[in-house]
Amino acid sequence: MADNFMMIDNIPVPIAGEKNILELIRKAGIDLPTFCYHSELSIYGACRMCMVENKWGGIEAACSTPPKPGAEIYTNTPRLRKYRKMILELLLSNHCRDCTTCEKDGKCKLQELAGRYGIRTVRFENTAADHDIDDSSLSITRDRNKCILCGDCVRVCNEVQHVGAIEFTNRGSKMRVATAFDEPIANSPCVGCGQCAAVCPTGAIVIKDDSVRLWNELSEKDVKVIAQIAPAVRVAVAKEFGMSEKDVMGKIVASLRRLGFDEIFDTATGADLTVLEEANEFIERLKSGENIPLFTSCCPAWVRFCEQNYPELLPNVSTCKSPMQMFGAVIKEQEKTSRRKIISVAVMPCTAKKFEAARQEFTVDGEPIINYVITTQELIQMIKEAGIVFSEIENESIDMPFGSISGAGVIFGVTGGVTEAVIRRISSDKSLTGLRSLAYTGVRGLEGVKELTVKYGDRDVRIAVVSGLGNADALIKRIKEGEHFDLVEVMACPGGCINGGGQPSGGYADRVERSAALYESDRVCANKRSEENPLMMQLYNGLLRGKVHELLHVDYLKKE
Amino acid sequence: MLKTREELESLRQTYACSVKCEKKRILVCAETGCIASGSLKVYDSFVKILKDKGIDCTTELAEGVSHEGAIGVKRSACHGFCELGPLVRIEPEGILYTKVKPEDCEEIIEASIIGDGVAERLIYNRNGVKAAKQEDIPFYKKQTRVVREHCGHIDATSVKEYIAAGGYKALEKALFEMTPADILDEIDKSALRGRGGGGFPTGRKWRQVAGQKEPVHYVVCNGDEGDPGAFMDRSIMEGDPHRMLEGMMIAAYAVGAKEAYIYVRAEYPMAVSRLQNAINQAEELGIIGENVLGTDFSIKFHINKGAGAFVCGEGSALTASIEGKRGMPRVKPPRTVEQGLFEKPTVLNNVETYANVPSIIENGADWYLGIGPANSPGTKAFALTGNIQNTGLIEVPMGTTLRDVIFDIGGGMRDGKQFKAVQIGGPSGGCLVTKDLDMPLDFDSLKKVGAMIGSGGLVVMDEDTCMVEVARFFMNFTQNESCGKCVPCREGTKRMLEILERIVAGNGRDGDIELLLELADTISNTALCGLGKTAAMPVVSTIKNFREEYEAHIYQKKCPAGQCKKLVTYQIDPELCKGCSKCARNCPVGAISGEIKSPFVIDTSKCIKCGACASACNFGAVKEV
Repeated sequence: MADNFMMIDNIPVPIAGEKNILELIRKAGIDLPTFCYHSELSIYGACRMCMVENKWGGIEAACSTPPKPGAEIYTNTPRLRKYRKMILELLLSNHCRDCTTCEKDGKCKLQELAGRYGIRTVRFENTAADHDIDDSSLSITRDRNKCILCGDCVRVCNEVQHVGAIEFTNRGSKMRVATAFDEPIANSPCVGCGQCAAVCPTGAIVIKDDSVRLWNELSEKDVKVIAQIAPAVRVAVAKEFGMSEKDVMGKIVASLRRLGFDEIFDTATGADLTVLEEANEFIERLKSGENIPLFTSCCPAWVRFCEQNYPELLPNVSTCKSPMQMFGAVIKEQEKTSRRKIISVAVMPCTAKKFEAARQEFTVDGEPIINYVITTQELIQMIKEAGIVFSEIENESIDMPFGSISGAGVIFGVTGGVTEAVIRRISSDKSLTGLRSLAYTGVRGLEGVKELTVKYGDRDVRIAVVSGLGNADALIKRIKEGEHFDLVEVMACPGGCINGGGQPSGGYADRVERSAALYESDRVCANKRSEENPLMMQLYNGLLRGKVHELLHVDYLKKE
Repeated sequence: MLKTREELESLRQTYACSVKCEKKRILVCAETGCIASGSLKVYDSFVKILKDKGIDCTTELAEGVSHEGAIGVKRSACHGFCELGPLVRIEPEGILYTKVKPEDCEEIIEASIIGDGVAERLIYNRNGVKAAKQEDIPFYKKQTRVVREHCGHIDATSVKEYIAAGGYKALEKALFEMTPADILDEIDKSALRGRGGGGFPTGRKWRQVAGQKEPVHYVVCNGDEGDPGAFMDRSIMEGDPHRMLEGMMIAAYAVGAKEAYIYVRAEYPMAVSRLQNAINQAEELGIIGENVLGTDFSIKFHINKGAGAFVCGEGSALTASIEGKRGMPRVKPPRTVEQGLFEKPTVLNNVETYANVPSIIENGADWYLGIGPANSPGTKAFALTGNIQNTGLIEVPMGTTLRDVIFDIGGGMRDGKQFKAVQIGGPSGGCLVTKDLDMPLDFDSLKKVGAMIGSGGLVVMDEDTCMVEVARFFMNFTQNESCGKCVPCREGTKRMLEILERIVAGNGRDGDIELLLELADTISNTALCGLGKTAAMPVVSTIKNFREEYEAHIYQKKCPAGQCKKLVTYQIDPELCKGCSKCARNCPVGAISGEIKSPFVIDTSKCIKCGACASACNFGAVKEV
């Protein structure tokens, strides 16, 4: 046993399969600083903040040095402190230092480390340039002035998402992150997933902020503002207010009422509609054998990725609108006789939804069905701005007439959720045991690729559940090489919507927490299957009669 | 296509005989340096005159003896003494003619081809030393040529001449008399160290690759020579490409590689075309290809052109560039020997290292160990340049002292100036001073004094050189060539350059030297790759050796060498000034005024320090102070 230890700052730390010393150091409870290390990305080794000193005075980067039994390293020597301070000083010397007006104020890694290391002066000329801000995208805003070239965005875009919208260009101190031909990001293959913003340690890539315009709508007297809240949002808010992560839907609803929303609904209702429609579509395709596999269409970043990279697969993509759009269409239909102006707002974990809302397919007479998409992060900001003490506010319930949901709709927020909801719908075993055993088919879990086979009648249905567009890309290549699947669920963000680009950024542990919280909400939900939601029957017999196709389906193949 | 060893040997005999049959050989240097000074016209002129005179001349090596007694006119590789080019060598006498122009060819033919004499006017004649034979010229006397043994002596574009001169004998020996393990042992024993700068033992590197479990291995040659003023590798690639290919093939055989990549900078178009030509020739003969000479060994060569990034000389950046990615170093481990090109175990050596291999295999490790010191045996090519008499490309045994190189081979300083320093190892190296002159040039000795051999640039500087400016020059280079990946190199070199620029501009501040050293310490210890780790060396070594010069710039606002324009003030000595007004008339900004026949005055606030007044003055009255 003794030979599988490393001495870190004179503390023996057992090596248990860690890929590098950095992980070992962090396991030992030492928060070694880094800008460019992410356990799910390749090791880049550029920030040089995680340098450690060995007992002979050698300096090495902890992120890229494998653990070595018996080695002795030190993480906080005078030399290391000097180097780290110098690196921070160098980064700050041409960095925009307008911290108080930066969106990342208080959440910026550079700011945090500069504070931790007590950088009070910068001895070099301030050469921060004043580059234009790229706000061409509906999803994200890029501000080069705040970029520290850690490469996290480049790697997530290329390695995890296979999107390749951004890369490094130029060299030396002229190096920067850019799109091909330096086009605005909106003209690049960017799918708006926002994972770059999620990993950016500074304010160089942030979520497009639509809250300011929304505030104005909320204060208009003759405007009725209606909100729908996506499943993943409710499990990613509590931590930001100093509470432990759990489903805080009741508090979110109460907060939204305080903010001035007139009616508040749950996108899980829309998800129930999606389940019913998508299950029908799937069964029809299974019967006809046409356009199999069926790809899910809930995720707008995936839809855009498919349009750009695999347009030939668009006939396989479900014609169902996303839950947000289905529900948006239902809300607008419900309110069509209202005398007040209706503003439909979606609170989403997602930056790509901002783009989806603006798609021409989802407008009526030039007016978007969803007028505003605000992300979880923007919602949190609005709650803070309004001075709401979130931990104190008492739970409230969503409004009628769309006041009921099912657990199937709630689990849409995590990878595998859509698939499980559809299986719940098409499975002939409607027993509680049958329902519970679904959790063990392999559909749950945060793995990027899950494959499972379930019975439909006497038929084996082969299903793939992927999250992360890179995984989708790889799966499509397998399908093109002849592998057979009947249903493929794709979510662009690793882990699904709980880890969406619009969520407060977090690591893998946060995903585990959020996922557990969603399944918990499902468990306490009275209705487990979408068809058990009493509202569904009402809708199909009422508002949706004769309008199912118009309100709930979309044709992505039709191009203007 | 050659199918056996015997066929190659028989071909060698034929070609050797053909060379012998040539009564005399005129070797016109046809490499970048001499071509620039017009050597191809000289070559054409030789051919034309010989033909006009009805003298049988051959430009191609003929098979058989039909050209018995003909004059061979060949385009040879670089002799190294480029400043005296175009160079023409006459064999078998070994006469070297310098600065030959087309109109001189007649005279040379009359004297040395038709006759057996020497055209005195065109031979080496410098500082009272006259020499007709190349080997008697001081520049060549102390050189030992191993990797450059053929350079200047055979036609660089002909595989036939290479074979005639014993080329591919080492490959034969390797394939037919040695196992891969024998080769690894021999290279290990020879103690050959990588000539790219680091001096890593080549045998150990090969052995590490050979021992990898992954079956696919690659051999890669780093021909991305980028140090300012260095052209050792170019001269080998242009002048003796087959030697390098042979070395690479032996490496491939030793480590079990079937594919070899040569990474050459695109700024070396002739090297690229000569290498391609050499590969084509060897492929036609069956020396490169499937089942070389009937053995199980097969090899395929690829040439990749680099797009002009100095950092691509770094191993992982080079392999990334070959793979079509951004040329940016990556973290190690894994090292190139474990996961190099296309993530396969890769032998990556530079041109000169591979060029050493055939001689070692052919002559044995013991022979090689006989050259130079035991820990760094063999020779090293250097590009000798700067304020010295003889500049050019040289090859000397490792361990030769700087004094020998600078004062014997280099002929000492120009214009009777004093030696001040020599920058060795280019932008990654350091400067050595008078006290270091008797230090042997080898990997370990240089490391001890904070310098490195690097790829072999030697820039000799005299007393008029400003060392702060030298540091600024190299920092400017490194800063431009940093890939931009890691913070200390990208931002740190930028700040070092910023500080050096303000010092030479007279705006240095108290604390700048300390700040430079602090930056240098951070960069050297934390940068990701070798480029960054060594980027500060020129600054650190100039501060170490010439701190007083830095201080003079910062505190007295003076440049002791008088080179930093912004620190010079021009004044007119009223005692010497005759009041002729010539200075005022030459001043482009009207900074000089005065009455005719009385002393003129320079308004320093207007003066742009161009020096036009000083060069115009016939009486030496305008002085730099």
